[in-house]
Amino acid sequence: MKARAAIVLLVVALCGGVAFAAQQVYAPQKSHHTWSDLQRGRYLAQAGDCESCHTAPNGQPWAGGRAVPTPFGIVYSMNITPDQDTGIGAWNSEDFYKAMHEGVDREGKRLYPAFPYPWYTHMTRGDVDAIKAYLDTLKPVHQVNRAPELGWPFSMRSMLAVWDKLYLHADTFTPDPKQSAQWNRGAYLVQGLGHCGACHTSKNFLGAVDRHHPMQGGFAEHVFAPNLGAGQRDGLSGWSEQDIAQYLGTGMNAHATAAGPMAEVVQQSTQHLTQADLKAVAVYIKSLAGPEASGPGAPDSDSMREGEGLYVDDCAGCHMEGGEGIAHAFPPLRESSAIQAAQPQLLIAVILEGARSPTTKAKPSGLTMPAFADKLDDAQVAALTTYIRNTWGNKAAQVSQGDVSKLRKTFATASQ
Amino acid sequence: MARRLPEVEVVLVGFGWTASIIAQELTDAGMEVLALERGGWRDTVPDFSVTHIQDELRYAVRKEIFEQTARQTLTFRNRVDQLALPMRHLGSFNPAAGVGGAGVHWNGQNWRFLPTDFVIRTQTEQRYGKQMIPADMTVQDWGVTYDDLEPYYDKFEYLCGISGQAGNVGGKILPGGNPFEGPRRRGYPLPPLNRCAATELFDKAAKDIGLHPFPAPAANTSKPYVNSLGVQMGQCTYCGFCEWFGCANYSKASPQSTIFPVLLKKPNFSFRTHCAVTRINMDGSGKRATGVTYVDRDGNEFEQPAQMVVLCAFAHHNVHLLLVSKIGMPYDPVSGQGVVGRNYAYQVSSSVNVTCKERLNPFMGAGALGQVVDDFNGDNFDHTGKGFIGGGYIALWNTGGRPILQQYLPKGSPKWGAGWKKAVHDDYLYSTHMQCHGAVMSYRDNYLDLDPTYKDEYGNPLLRLTFDFKGNEHAMSKFLTEQATRIAHAIPNRGIHSKPREGDYSIVPYQTTHNTGGAAMGDDPRTSFVNRFLQSWDVPNLWVMGSSVFPQNAGYNPTGTVGALTFWAADAMRRYLRNPQPLVQV
Amino acid sequence: MAAAAPVFSLSRRTFLIGAVAFSASLLLDGCGGSSTNAAGGPRFLQPGERDFVRAAIARLIPQDALGPGALQAGVDVFIDSQLAGPFGQAAGQYMQGPFHLGAKEQGYQLPFTPAQVYRLCIPRVDQHCRNKHRAPFAQLTAQQQDAVLHDLEDGKIDLGEIPSANFFGLLWQNTKEGFFADPIYGGNRHFIGWKLIGFNGPRYNYVQEIGRFGKAYTQPYVGLGGRDPVMCRLSDSATGRFHGPGCEAGRMPFKQSYGSLTTTNNRVYPAGHL
Repeated sequence: MKARAAIVLLVVALCGGVAFAAQQVYAPQKSHHTWSDLQRGRYLAQAGDCESCHTAPNGQPWAGGRAVPTPFGIVYSMNITPDQDTGIGAWNSEDFYKAMHEGVDREGKRLYPAFPYPWYTHMTRGDVDAIKAYLDTLKPVHQVNRAPELGWPFSMRSMLAVWDKLYLHADTFTPDPKQSAQWNRGAYLVQGLGHCGACHTSKNFLGAVDRHHPMQGGFAEHVFAPNLGAGQRDGLSGWSEQDIAQYLGTGMNAHATAAGPMAEVVQQSTQHLTQADLKAVAVYIKSLAGPEASGPGAPDSDSMREGEGLYVDDCAGCHMEGGEGIAHAFPPLRESSAIQAAQPQLLIAVILEGARSPTTKAKPSGLTMPAFADKLDDAQVAALTTYIRNTWGNKAAQVSQGDVSKLRKTFATASQ
Repeated sequence: MARRLPEVEVVLVGFGWTASIIAQELTDAGMEVLALERGGWRDTVPDFSVTHIQDELRYAVRKEIFEQTARQTLTFRNRVDQLALPMRHLGSFNPAAGVGGAGVHWNGQNWRFLPTDFVIRTQTEQRYGKQMIPADMTVQDWGVTYDDLEPYYDKFEYLCGISGQAGNVGGKILPGGNPFEGPRRRGYPLPPLNRCAATELFDKAAKDIGLHPFPAPAANTSKPYVNSLGVQMGQCTYCGFCEWFGCANYSKASPQSTIFPVLLKKPNFSFRTHCAVTRINMDGSGKRATGVTYVDRDGNEFEQPAQMVVLCAFAHHNVHLLLVSKIGMPYDPVSGQGVVGRNYAYQVSSSVNVTCKERLNPFMGAGALGQVVDDFNGDNFDHTGKGFIGGGYIALWNTGGRPILQQYLPKGSPKWGAGWKKAVHDDYLYSTHMQCHGAVMSYRDNYLDLDPTYKDEYGNPLLRLTFDFKGNEHAMSKFLTEQATRIAHAIPNRGIHSKPREGDYSIVPYQTTHNTGGAAMGDDPRTSFVNRFLQSWDVPNLWVMGSSVFPQNAGYNPTGTVGALTFWAADAMRRYLRNPQPLVQV
Repeated sequence: MAAAAPVFSLSRRTFLIGAVAFSASLLLDGCGGSSTNAAGGPRFLQPGERDFVRAAIARLIPQDALGPGALQAGVDVFIDSQLAGPFGQAAGQYMQGPFHLGAKEQGYQLPFTPAQVYRLCIPRVDQHCRNKHRAPFAQLTAQQQDAVLHDLEDGKIDLGEIPSANFFGLLWQNTKEGFFADPIYGGNRHFIGWKLIGFNGPRYNYVQEIGRFGKAYTQPYVGLGGRDPVMCRLSDSATGRFHGPGCEAGRMPFKQSYGSLTTTNNRVYPAGHL
């Protein structure tokens, strides 16, 4: 008996020794995952829209290099292909989880929260592992990561330790027992992988979101991502759960068509969510509180008069004389929450630059609005947007010529 | 030295309506398809944007959207004993250039031919006797019947979202439609377009004199529409800039607005722009096409091998390619032998201007907004003693009121000066016009061949067109114009101007872009280049689409029939691809 | 079939004279310029030619009780712009020889571009006027001018290689174009042409109005450049997506920049490459 026990002990010790030795020479854990793990990882990566940020325009998929503009400068996304030297091929699941949960990379370097780890921190370990498993199956691409272009002191990564201390609440999502399983699934997706608040919540001067007013509207790159909470005029009170699910799943519903950065989100990401997940997200979003109702002041009559003329001349061909649009083709402008958003930048941007509806499986047509930047000057765009925001029952703050000029300049710089 | 490219399964010459349909059908069948377009890429945004598209000078007058004669033209003469001269300015017809072809700039007037049109020789001889057809009139039966094509007409109509009122569903005549049309399986996918003041007046006048007016079938959507491929279209808003312009709000059926959103995403479809096909290549046996040669924008020549070649270019260009590639026997009018270039036809049109008492606001229009009578088309009436066969429709079209070109002044209006100024001032808002849209038969000496003198920029001889209206067409057109004038007189008016088509066919004034023939379809290889499935008799892996295959033209715009024939041919191609060989044995 | 002997053969001397006189003022492709006529003066017409054009258009569409005419509408500015640009140079037209005069059904067969037609014919018309009335066209009375125009129209004046009816036809066509084209091309100033007839301008929605039979349409006039009646909008992006005969004025209507904001599906379709 003692001899057998000794042999067992020896075997265990040897195995332990081997395992210990193996860990010091890293071997990527590639083959432990089942097919369904990989599928789950792929689904989650799609839901998180990872490929979009981690692929530069005309660049290799997942190899990073996309410029993410922040108020502090530009941060470039990282190469997350399994390339050993320049990607995350050398990372194990622990390393990956640390990045997603704490915003720290394998070398211990802090990551800029342009990478939305303050949201990914809520994800379960299992989900994060599944994503890593999927990433490990991608084609490795050799592409060195670009250093961020940030002014001092933001260029100092050590600052991020302070930032994280103040603003990172690194905790895994805990389901609320008072809510349904569906609500909790929606909350998990939105607060975590979906990182919707990264755009739709306002941020303070250090780029941290206002946790007390989640999803009540915020700036995303140059445009304003509107309030997704309650609100008859500029919130989603007029949308049903079905409307929300349809918008995310197909790119449009009876109230709106995804435009601007959201068109990309729908086309690359949310159109691939399962029906159950779309419903869960919708249930959660419908539960969100909205901002306090603010009554915007009345617009001046000159702007309204000029705007009305411009609307008849330039917009009525698609959006129709009553602002009702054409069902499934051109979104309505009347009673639209996106139009009446607290900030007008998205509306201005769509008029200046045009907008192409996302092409989804359900709606492949990609109907497109042309750019009016060269046809209308800043004063005209200001009058037109003021008119659209204040007619047919719409009510929203006046748009100034300065608002338009500023955005036009931003686009001009961005396109250089 | 042409650079040789990897072989593709199917190569299409051109990327307009017929190529888009064939590409969509064959890629669905799993084939790898490549389309070669000599023009450039175009799409609703930015090329037809509402910001700039309603520019009559640029598009309708300077013809920016069309082919330029410096790149492609032909020589023309009325008769064999004349010297053919180049068409230096576009006039009588406006061929397209660019992706989408004429599908981008057509009006959207969409028709089915009559059942009798497809069997015109048999029908005419039976009803009127053999002597009714003059010896030099080479009309022939098509080899397909209306019944063969009916399901495919339906398919094209539901692809485009045609707005109309059916007149004959399953043999039952329905009120408000065309009582003369061939029986159809079901109605149109969309209701007719809104009436305007002018079409309302025509409707009443035509009824008053005992005719049967109905709304024209329109490829302008009367309502928002999701077509048979799941593509979303908008709704026509009567902007009045339809023909010769692209549509800004997705309400005119074009390859872009109906097919591209689905086709262009397919991994087994690709296309190249600015690639002008200059030759169809053959193997030594002369029975097999091996692909095409094309020249890109920089002048580089490429050889594109393919297992199957489909000619989807404009009617003229298809025939030109066959001639310069020396495929099939070129037609000789003296001997009457040969098929390539044979049976060229066109459209004989005339018009009647009406200045009404009522304000019309003509600038509110759509490309196929019209009220029509078909009482004098095809064999819908007794031709005994009339001195002609065939006929045409009479329509009041309200396509727009574009100020430079669309002035329909009464007879006797001064041509310029203060008098002209007063006429346009008084009459523009009150004037409209009716169009008589007559068939043209085929004749022994109306044909296409290669010019002996003039060349194009690739060094190929230009196509030579020998064509004139004959006694039949003049008599028919005169008759139609008289009927239209009768209708005009029944409209409360303060001036009419009948403008019959007189004299020789002239290449100068715009008439229609309904050029047909040169590669006729039929049952007899001696008088047709393609069989009833549009497959070449001589070269089974070579197919010809478009109105090139019409053995003669009927009294309707051709696009509906072109669309139907293309779907019909696509079905045949699927059978062919499973077992490549001639589908018709003689 | 043997080629028939040319019915017409262009006198080399005449052609060369025309060519020399023409090339002295020949301007390059008008697309790329960015100055308006109103600001920068004529781009093609010489002073004498300009006088002729201004006088002729004033008779072709005169000012009268119905309102201003072609001259007030700036049609001379329009014509000058057009002749300076691709239209004037017959860009895109098949210009390969040999040139033969054919039947009228065969269309225009002369080797002259529109710019050359004006340059060759105007001095000859003026010479005819001097011969007959001892003054160039611009200095004749209105009645005399009308008579000359009618004679041109009827082919009764010898202008050498160019039938006078051809010249008249071109002049009248360009006058009508300038009177009724969008104001961005330099004519139809203040919407004079459109206001004469009641064409309201480019609008894209008449869904409600089309059913109101007989009712006047009462929106203000509008052009591609907007409701500003003096609209001759400059575009500094002369190399717009279209580079066709429509941009004579050097003012490509609006650079068609298309959304960088929505980045989906930005396939670039290669031209002639693999």
